[in-house]
Amino acid sequence: MQFLSRNLFFVVTLVAALFATGCARESGEHLVVTGSSTIAPLATVLAERFEATHPGVKIDVQAGGSARGVADVRQGLANIGMVSRALKADEGDLLADTIARDGIAIIVHRDNPVAALTREQIIAIYTGQVRDWKAVGGADAPITVVNKAEGRSTLELFLSHFKLEAPAIRADVVIGDNQQGIKTVAGNPQAIGYVSIGTAEYEASRGTPIRLLPLGGVEASTAAVAAGRFPLSRPLNLVHRSELSGIARDFIAFARSAEVNDLVTGQYFVPPAVR
Amino acid sequence: MSPASISYRRPSADRLLYRALAISAGAVAAILALILVYLTAASAGLLFADAGLWRLDWHPSLGAYGLLAMLVGSLAVSVLAVLFAVPPGLVLAVWGRFFAPPWLGGLYRGAMGLLASIPSVVYGFWGLVALVPWLNRWAPPGASLLAGALVLALMILPILVLQADLALDEARRRHLAAAMALGASVSGTVRRVLLPTAAPQLLPAVLLQLGRALGETMAVLMVAGNVVQLPEAITTPIRTLTANIALEMAYASGAHQTALFASGWLLLVLVTLIMLGARAMAGRFAAGPAGGGKGDAH
Repeated sequence: MQFLSRNLFFVVTLVAALFATGCARESGEHLVVTGSSTIAPLATVLAERFEATHPGVKIDVQAGGSARGVADVRQGLANIGMVSRALKADEGDLLADTIARDGIAIIVHRDNPVAALTREQIIAIYTGQVRDWKAVGGADAPITVVNKAEGRSTLELFLSHFKLEAPAIRADVVIGDNQQGIKTVAGNPQAIGYVSIGTAEYEASRGTPIRLLPLGGVEASTAAVAAGRFPLSRPLNLVHRSELSGIARDFIAFARSAEVNDLVTGQYFVPPAVR
Repeated sequence: MSPASISYRRPSADRLLYRALAISAGAVAAILALILVYLTAASAGLLFADAGLWRLDWHPSLGAYGLLAMLVGSLAVSVLAVLFAVPPGLVLAVWGRFFAPPWLGGLYRGAMGLLASIPSVVYGFWGLVALVPWLNRWAPPGASLLAGALVLALMILPILVLQADLALDEARRRHLAAAMALGASVSGTVRRVLLPTAAPQLLPAVLLQLGRALGETMAVLMVAGNVVQLPEAITTPIRTLTANIALEMAYASGAHQTALFASGWLLLVLVTLIMLGARAMAGRFAAGPAGGGKGDAH
């Protein structure tokens, strides 16, 4: 019986403690961040670190696409929207702050003699019109086209950049994450693929046998992406209306600060050059 | 029969144990039933509507959610893996039990146990960096139905060998002495007496491994190519239902997510049917005369 009462006491204390912390959370400030599913994972880790240094602040991150981010901010459903593109002309009522850039690199095996591919050649390869490296100045070998699985932001950016539709792509291998893409290309001298530029650059520098192809005459590097020169890239923005609550302003400033560079690169994005 | 009727001193303790066991068993069954109910509910939007789930084209961005190619892919890669694994599995089991020196056979069984405990993702990783590049040299792109089936075969082989070994050992204890007394050779005994006797345990074991192959995700995802298409040849890249879920779940919403739940539902139903088939087959063998007579009917 004594055992039971002691346990009961413990449980009551625990529940009371949980209840108390719950109340403290409720009474603190609350930020709602919605929008692009590309930015959501980054925003989530940013929010975690922000909450750790700002007790009482609760940040709720919800993914639902860039369009939802814009709509929610306009309707006041969200304090901050996540938009993985530059704002359009008819979105002038909103302000955008770039927290990172997302760039993708076309990669081939290191031993592939092809030095560069034009936009048309890449489209021809990915739509199955060119199926042999010989046709684009390479060896006499079939091309292994490595594509990303549906829903990945990298696929979305690749398709929109080359103005392709998903069903038009004739892939030989479909991959999930960047690492799988790099392993696939590194193990296959005939392969061509595309992955996040940060990951590709890191792996190539570590001696993985892959090579990043330049695009439109610009070498593929995180530096070029950060500077906004690399064509196959896009800004990741936090958007909001001109008036902002103190805590929302603090969060955006925090998301743009150099102290979160590790979180940005951890999600394979590139921190913007000018902070 | 009430459990209390066979208890001796403390019927209440027995009753308590009985209830505890019944609750545990009931909970497991309930969880399984709940998973099925949940999956059915989550995929009902597409499952019970004419939403084209049984078509070939899978283009979530365009609202085409055909699962047929992936269903075929799952079945093809699993059946092929079992076909690859069963013959060497049987040969290894027979060799380890009857022809190898006892110390080597024991060592072999230990090694098989070790192989069985390697996580599937390790097999997949090996397939991605070693097997696929090797296959690519003679059948580009390498990542294919064949690669998936080979990796799966390697994964299910150890447990297949161990299960076959157990079945053969039991048959040996029961029949080897009699067969030897009749002057049969070891190889003849294995072929004509022991393998037929062990068959009722071997077939369900094979079907269990088929179920395991169907459910395997990471290893197949890493080597099978994941292109949604029917396998025209053994070197064609394919996508399985499990790989489909793993590849796209994190980024899916709305109908796309529902379609992925439907993939899971299809898989669960498929594996359940196979398990029921395994049980029915084991029962038929045990009851019928083909399986070696009365000795197995217990």
